[in-house]
Amino acid sequence: MLAALSWVQALTFGLASLIVIMGGIGVVAFRNSVHNALSLVATLFGVAVLYVAQGAYFLAAIQVIVYAGAIVVLFLFVIMLLGVDKVESLAKERKTASLLIGSALGAGFAVMLLFAALAGAGRGAPTGAPSVTGVLDNTKDLNNIGEALFTKYVFAFELTSLLLTIAVVGAVVLSRKPSGDPIDLDEFPPVESGTADSEPQEVES
Amino acid sequence: MIAVDPLLEAGGWSSIWITLLKVVVAFGLLLVSVIAMVWFERKLHADFSNRLGPRVAGPFGTLQTIADGMKLIFKADLLPSKADKVVFRLAPFLSLVPAFLTFVVVPVGGDFTDGGSGVVKIAGNSTLLQVADPQIGILFVLAMSSVAVYGIMLAGWSSGSKYPLLGSVRASAQMVSYEAALGLSLLCVLLNSGNLSTNSIVASQSNWNWNLWATGIVPFVVFLLAATAEMNRPPFDLVEAEQELVGGFHTEYSSFRFAMFYLAEFMNVITVSAVIATLFLGGPIGPNFGTTGWLAQYVFPVLWFFLKVLGLMIMFVLFRTTLPRLRYDQLMDLGWKLMIPLSLGWFLLLVGFKIGDDRGWSPFAVGVVGLVGLAIGGGLLSIAIRTSQARSAEHKVGA
Repeated sequence: MLAALSWVQALTFGLASLIVIMGGIGVVAFRNSVHNALSLVATLFGVAVLYVAQGAYFLAAIQVIVYAGAIVVLFLFVIMLLGVDKVESLAKERKTASLLIGSALGAGFAVMLLFAALAGAGRGAPTGAPSVTGVLDNTKDLNNIGEALFTKYVFAFELTSLLLTIAVVGAVVLSRKPSGDPIDLDEFPPVESGTADSEPQEVES
Repeated sequence: MIAVDPLLEAGGWSSIWITLLKVVVAFGLLLVSVIAMVWFERKLHADFSNRLGPRVAGPFGTLQTIADGMKLIFKADLLPSKADKVVFRLAPFLSLVPAFLTFVVVPVGGDFTDGGSGVVKIAGNSTLLQVADPQIGILFVLAMSSVAVYGIMLAGWSSGSKYPLLGSVRASAQMVSYEAALGLSLLCVLLNSGNLSTNSIVASQSNWNWNLWATGIVPFVVFLLAATAEMNRPPFDLVEAEQELVGGFHTEYSSFRFAMFYLAEFMNVITVSAVIATLFLGGPIGPNFGTTGWLAQYVFPVLWFFLKVLGLMIMFVLFRTTLPRLRYDQLMDLGWKLMIPLSLGWFLLLVGFKIGDDRGWSPFAVGVVGLVGLAIGGGLLSIAIRTSQARSAEHKVGA
């Protein structure tokens, strides 16, 4: 059975990587924002499959529940509500300078990733960093993560929850209506003729 | 190693054909029960509203679902001119496939009495009576329900029409909100079982230690309501409120693609009933009257499981027939201001009992302190809600 598993693993890795890469290309290549978001979902699913192939079942489940199930759904929600899902012409926005800077940064990141992968190649961990939870045990990944989070990394964990709380409180404060007298329709300043300059102008992007 | 199922550890060809057999049986069982469920719901609903319901096709109208299905298959498959073609075709599958997949982690049989592990023998191979038993078990159900959101959301958006879009925006907001309450009430069950695998969750409920009373009734009620909202069933069916949105997210769908949404909707009722039975009602656990062998492994457990699922399905139909639809703000208030705080508070109380048990504190004192704490928290929350309601009433435009 073990000999048979190796080509199954290779096939899984190949297919999942293909999905991840195609999804990544889709995120930047499609013109329609909803298609971009869907490509992102495909990428996240591919990564989840890779997690499963590595025996990190819990991470895979959380990847699908949190990222695919909540975050991208909210992206889509905003895209649909704001109506930016129309095909937009991005061609005129593309400037040579931003293209050059973008490709330079991308190339630099790719070189960094390559170095990191090569440096860690002999040590069994692709990122070059040793596993934070110790030796991977497929049957106990959940226990390992729980133990590491609530003992060794409890400070970072609590700090993250504080950060999220701040974000929630901030969102509530920002979305609150300003206090003051209630606005009545007759309180609006009368519109005078010949004030075309004060009308909102189309913002050029 | 893919699962804890002893079958897959043994390996060999027999493991492959037994797994295939289980997949085929589960698939067939689900399809047949959907047909039965549609008939049963229509009949019961008709009885409640003093109508006759389906009665022409087959004895007592039992073949009505098949007749409807045949009709839908042969109808023209319309594609709206403003639709996003690829996504429009993809959406029904995103709705139907998760509905099918959820069922794979539900154990339908096996002997769990006196700490039994539910392992049965098929042709000399030990296995479990469920298609798969991954370690993440119940998280798989949550993941599938997350994926199901896409089916509805994209169906509404890709139709290129106003009412479906409104329906799908409602659906996504509703499903994301209620997923939080669903997960929090699930935590109470996991606290008792100490394991995510559905097989262990069932095993932890043997000897009448059902989670229904082991966790107090509250998580069960919260889970039941949140699951109803998650499925967009009445009284939470704002997604397809006929009076406001024509048909909701599937207004533009016709023919077989509509049938897939319809199938997914009813299949969700069955799988959710099965999941609730697994989590709170002990799944296939029940008295086996001292029998052993195949009678105790297959007949009685499957019978108990079937009865529990049937009971829950009747409950869902009763929700539909007797409760009026909620308004949208009531829906969001119920989810965010009542069910999430309640399930979170109840979870903290159960954690308190658990720690008190470990440290040897008196359960009575833990209960009193916990309930007082919950009451203070609930009081503060209700004061906050009332203040905000009073303020928003003051600031209404043109008030």
